[in-house]
Amino acid sequence: MSDAVITIENLSKRYLLGHRSGGRGHNTLRDVITRGARNFARKAVDVFQGRQVVQGDEVEEFWALKNVSFAIQQGEVLGIIGRNGAGKSTLLKILSRVTEPTEGRVLVRGRVSSLLEVGTGFHPELTGRENIFLNGAILGMRQREIHKKFDEIVSFAGVERFIDTPVKRYSSGMYVRLAFAVAAHLEPEILIIDEVLAVGDAEFQKKCLGKIDEVSRRDGRTVLFVSHNLGAITSLCPNVIWLEHGSICEQGPTRPIIDRYLAHKISKDTIVLLTQFSRPPDWDDRLRLETLEWISGLPLRHGESVRARIRFRTRVPLAQVSIGIGFSTFDGRRLLTYETDFQDGLRPSINRPGVHSVDVTIDSLPLPPDLYDLDLGSKSGDSHQLDYLPSAIGLEIIPGLNTPGYIVNKDAGVRLASEWKWDLECETTSTFAPLSSLTVADCSTGRRASRDT
Amino acid sequence: MQDLIVLEAGRRERHYWLDLWRYRELFRVLAWRDLAVRYKQTAIGVLWALIRPFLTMLVFTIIFGQLARLPPDGTAPYPLMVFAGILPWTFFSSGLSEASNSLINNANLISKVYFPRLIVPMATVVVAFVDFLISFLILVLLMAWYNFLPDWRMLLLPVFIVLAFFASVGPAVWITALNVKYRDFRYVLPFIVQFGLYVSPVGFSSNVVPEQWRLLYSLNPMVGIIDGFRWCILGGQSELYLPGLAMSIGLTAFFLWFGIQRFRKMENSFADLI
Repeated sequence: MSDAVITIENLSKRYLLGHRSGGRGHNTLRDVITRGARNFARKAVDVFQGRQVVQGDEVEEFWALKNVSFAIQQGEVLGIIGRNGAGKSTLLKILSRVTEPTEGRVLVRGRVSSLLEVGTGFHPELTGRENIFLNGAILGMRQREIHKKFDEIVSFAGVERFIDTPVKRYSSGMYVRLAFAVAAHLEPEILIIDEVLAVGDAEFQKKCLGKIDEVSRRDGRTVLFVSHNLGAITSLCPNVIWLEHGSICEQGPTRPIIDRYLAHKISKDTIVLLTQFSRPPDWDDRLRLETLEWISGLPLRHGESVRARIRFRTRVPLAQVSIGIGFSTFDGRRLLTYETDFQDGLRPSINRPGVHSVDVTIDSLPLPPDLYDLDLGSKSGDSHQLDYLPSAIGLEIIPGLNTPGYIVNKDAGVRLASEWKWDLECETTSTFAPLSSLTVADCSTGRRASRDT
Repeated sequence: MQDLIVLEAGRRERHYWLDLWRYRELFRVLAWRDLAVRYKQTAIGVLWALIRPFLTMLVFTIIFGQLARLPPDGTAPYPLMVFAGILPWTFFSSGLSEASNSLINNANLISKVYFPRLIVPMATVVVAFVDFLISFLILVLLMAWYNFLPDWRMLLLPVFIVLAFFASVGPAVWITALNVKYRDFRYVLPFIVQFGLYVSPVGFSSNVVPEQWRLLYSLNPMVGIIDGFRWCILGGQSELYLPGLAMSIGLTAFFLWFGIQRFRKMENSFADLI
């Protein structure tokens, strides 16, 4: 018998999705009534037969995972990479027994602890102390074990002074630190971690990565690690699996795979065909974004101007059209949005069906050099979605000619133009405190965030 | 050799009950959590567990005892008889309604960690049980007020408490599982509970039901349980209708088996549906 602790054989997972037929043909009262009646009849039949109720007019199957097979050896630290929606989280959910596979099977040898979310089950009304015991029990720790490690957990989180305060009064940083501190002291044979390090400040993240590294190296535990933070993956995991559309694209040593993954993900084409991306079959089809052209060329440079042209096709006359692009981090957090109607509130009506285009000029790209996902979308009016392509393409922003080092090192975040006025006349004769000390407010201590758990 | 777990579609846990036992600590912690937060940020806190049944007793005594002039059991004081009915009914109904929403209320746990899901509704019933114990205090005070001494039958009360516990757990686990799939039950249940308050012999003695309908009336499992409570608490004043009690035990056992069986069938898909 091999010493594989997890063996995965032809694993598949299907979800049912409901869609609303959008747009055309459903605008009269009669249509609404017949549609409502049909939906009601279908749901009634579903309930009667004990099937799942799916909202919407049409039900579509969606395979989040398809025929995935691999094995993890004792003591291996394996990273899993892939775009949003590639099936990473579904895989981890199956391994942690939260959901069951539709096909295939998994053999697991040993005690599994999974960390799919930081602070699962934290209750805002309970104190830090109480939540440590609650969260520990939920993650599968024995009460005795928690008692033994209690002090260690509290000092790891650095919340000694607030340990008897309800966590709803914690700042979001303290909350995350406490939650992770509990998880970091788990001692399972197999540890499954999903993108939990995306929260928390950089220093604490480093501390956590160090802890995971220590756990896997010293104790020889098996770790499965999902992250968009490719740096963390590279430093922790000797091997990775790259998932794409629910299947394994590549697996093996980390470095070369991450290089190929980035090459695959980062678009180098100055003209991107947007029609190649699949939309849901019943998506409103009155407007389609067709191409994106980087007129100023690629790669994009920080602090320099960017010009791009978006071509789109309309099928019918449309009112109040706006188009936008957005830059997001790989884990799906939007950082920056540009919209056609931002400056003047102008949303043109497009009367002639056909191909149109809109140009955008960004004077100085403010995002620091890094890898980003680009989202594109179009709306009619305030809310009606005409077309939307989340994380359509990956982009690399590189330093521009005038990019200072601290921007490259990501120490300064986004740096934007602003107006400053110096007043360098001395006011030493004044009996009042210097003006500057009055206006400087300490914003860092007043922040409180309550959380729903 | 460590134990091997196989995950595949439609697989029934072989060690289901053993697994449940292994997670007993989580059960305790969840029950403790529900208790700890129950009366947080309320002004009078645990007094709510006393006030609600007490007021219900007052209203029922006035309406059924004074206005409708329904007879009590034997010579027992009417308020005492009503309260002996309110105790099991409140335990049953609050256990049922809280447990029925328990899975949805713990959706974040269900979708992020594994544990035997049965723990969640069971832990909520414990909370109802603690409320029950607290309102038992009123009963003691009432008995002192009326100088009413219980006899040996009082010792059998725990049997009926256990029966009431199972009577609420059975339907509760079934409904909470259905609730995950079809949220309709969230709206149906409060109605059923309200309805049940009036068809069960809470405000009146089940003796007022004509003899020929008595067995049919006992199809409501709470009838036998409430009668049992009165039999224990009121000493010899209330008679035990044995066919009704047997019916009640039978139905409770059936619902318990049925509820758990349905629950286990749906359990594996909770995380996808919730």
